[in-house]
Amino acid sequence: MLIFSVFKTLTDQQVTVELKNDLSITGVLKSVDQFLNIRLDNIKVLDEARHPHMMAVKNCFIRGSVVRYVQLPPESVDTQLLEDATRRESAAQTKR
Amino acid sequence: MASLQGYVDHRVLLILQDGRAIVGVMAGFDQKSNVVLSDSKERVYSMEEGVEEIPLGLYLVKGDQIVLIGELDEAVDQAVDLSTIRAEPIPPIHY
Repeated sequence: MLIFSVFKTLTDQQVTVELKNDLSITGVLKSVDQFLNIRLDNIKVLDEARHPHMMAVKNCFIRGSVVRYVQLPPESVDTQLLEDATRRESAAQTKR
Repeated sequence: MASLQGYVDHRVLLILQDGRAIVGVMAGFDQKSNVVLSDSKERVYSMEEGVEEIPLGLYLVKGDQIVLIGELDEAVDQAVDLSTIRAEPIPPIHY
């Protein structure tokens, strides 16, 4: 749930999503849901010459289960805060 | 939240886990991102020849097979001559 909240704070930022089929897609993060499905606007596929399949696609919905990495803009993530929050959450889970 | 609602009645490109690419008009979807496409066609990419379009008709795709759903800009899509495009197929998902 924590990461879901983190993504919600990142809407309207430029992110790069790397998928488990090795496709990398850059775009503006429009929305996220509880499964970490992602909607991107104004997308661009890395290495477009090799992947012309999505030439006519301007915005897309990516299924959360096929995402390998999401590259975030470093200036919009407070890593210290995130570190504290993740530790707090995992501590709360192990106590239960 | 990241809902598919905006894609209903639009022409979309579906990329599946095995690397297949299907275009069609989204007729409906549900919570599990199962999707119904009408008037759908598979686009088969290869380096040897241009893109081949295989008509599939009305298709229901299970959500767990879906990698990506993209809204097609129809003007751009129509302007592209598929027979001139040579590309490797999209790789399948590997975990």
